[in-house]
Amino acid sequence: MKKALFQIFVISSIFSLLVAPCFGEALQDFEGQEGTIKIAGGTAHISVMKEAAKQIMTRYKDIVVTVAGGGSGLGIKQVGEGLVDIGNSGRKPKPEEIEKYKLKMFKWAIDGVGVVVNPANKVQSLTKNQLKDIFSGKIDNWSVLGGVKHAITVYTRDEASGTRAVFWKKALDKENISTKALFVPSNGAMKTAIANDPYAIGYVSVGHMDETVAPVALDGVTPTLDNVKSGQYKIARGLYSNTKSDPSGLTLLFINYLFSSEGQKIALEKGFIPVK
Amino acid sequence: MSNTKEIIARNVFFLSAIASAVMILAILVLMIALGIPLFKAGNFLAIWTGPWAPHKGLYGIWPMISGTLWIALLATALCMPLSLGASFVITSLGGPRLRRMLGTMVRFMTGIPTVIYGFVGIFLLVPLVREGIGGPGMCVLTAGMVLAILISPTMILFVTDSLLAVDLSYVQAAKALGANRVQRLLYVMVPRATGGMAAGIILALGRALGDTLIALMLAGNAIQAPRALLEPARTLTAHVALVKAADFDSLEFRSIFACGIVLYLFATTATVAVRVMLRKREVPT
Repeated sequence: MKKALFQIFVISSIFSLLVAPCFGEALQDFEGQEGTIKIAGGTAHISVMKEAAKQIMTRYKDIVVTVAGGGSGLGIKQVGEGLVDIGNSGRKPKPEEIEKYKLKMFKWAIDGVGVVVNPANKVQSLTKNQLKDIFSGKIDNWSVLGGVKHAITVYTRDEASGTRAVFWKKALDKENISTKALFVPSNGAMKTAIANDPYAIGYVSVGHMDETVAPVALDGVTPTLDNVKSGQYKIARGLYSNTKSDPSGLTLLFINYLFSSEGQKIALEKGFIPVK
Repeated sequence: MSNTKEIIARNVFFLSAIASAVMILAILVLMIALGIPLFKAGNFLAIWTGPWAPHKGLYGIWPMISGTLWIALLATALCMPLSLGASFVITSLGGPRLRRMLGTMVRFMTGIPTVIYGFVGIFLLVPLVREGIGGPGMCVLTAGMVLAILISPTMILFVTDSLLAVDLSYVQAAKALGANRVQRLLYVMVPRATGGMAAGIILALGRALGDTLIALMLAGNAIQAPRALLEPARTLTAHVALVKAADFDSLEFRSIFACGIVLYLFATTATVAVRVMLRKREVPT
């Protein structure tokens, strides 16, 4: 018994020795570094940022990476004012923002924005015009669309949201969103709201979708990773990490890590399309 | 030696008193100054009474003022019977063990983080309201109910204190005349504690006006002025939390300061009201 345990121990040690260098290849640049990287902004980015932070922090105890949300607008503003090192945005920063804050943009993944409803909802396919009518309040009952007889609850995001900006421009063609729409402050909160409300409709980053919400096909195309990748699903955007002027030190290492094969793998695992 | 020390100490304390007073005024001045671009941009009146539609250039905060008043007043109204009842039990109607237990529980409630109430509200109350009463679930009613629980310790503790502050000799005199517990409470304690009780109610209202998280999580944050209890609403504080991320130079962002000024006025009114009520209590009758 003891011998068997010992053998397992030896084998697993050898195995981990063999495997360890393969992980963290891109992480090695962080060797001997210490300090803090502060990240804020886009809420679609958070899952990838957290995973990257975890990888770095478990290996290098002297580095601290903090990740916060707040929305794309906040990310751009905070990085521009030097409050954080990296400001994420789910939309391309506007020319005046780039000009004003001397932003350098790093687009490390592509993400779709998809319409979602509660999985219990039978209506899981809409035309673009129906979608516009729902969001503007012209269609206000699911029964009109072949669903249950109950008022539709429209959920939207605040103006700082990059997800909203992209959705409004590419899915609603900049048409009105009803003043009755409920507001939620992040992609995560949107998902929770839709998952808990059987009469809800909203929109989230494709990378955030899971079995708690049901994607809605738009003009016959379902918002999935593959459809975004092939270009069939048109409502897509880049995920940007922005820095004030050229990044240096730990911030540069972190950006490099996002573009390394490992960082790109994290992006893929979290449901986004890596750029490389 | 001790004299100079005393002078120094007095001056230091005096300075800190002045500093805190100046800071409070400075906040108001700062909010007005930062809000000037918005006040100059369009119709001044429309900022306070108009609708909110940033893409049309309308930055009115009336929907939020209205939402704040609906939710805070509803919360206070729901909280009053609960809190008055609880205070009556704690001060006179309950037995010694019940009183102690209730008192401890109320004090414990003050320590519960707001976000906990918010979460319970989202997962428990919102579906109940949606399925049981109707509407989207996230609405004035839901936020008001949870907020009522949140502000109840403030009201209970304040009302309890003012009831207990009634001179014991009056209560004993009433007892000697054969008044029972309920009579002592209603005819002796309550009439002499009205000022303090009103102050407690206003303080709780002030807390409801200033709370951010409950409304942000439970009221739905829609940008229309609510006309019914089952409609969603956005409070001034939630509006600040949602708009703070907009571009610094945008008029949208400047609307935060208009909200700030209104909240400031609400808070000032509540404070002054409490002062007046408490002064009334001190006057012997």
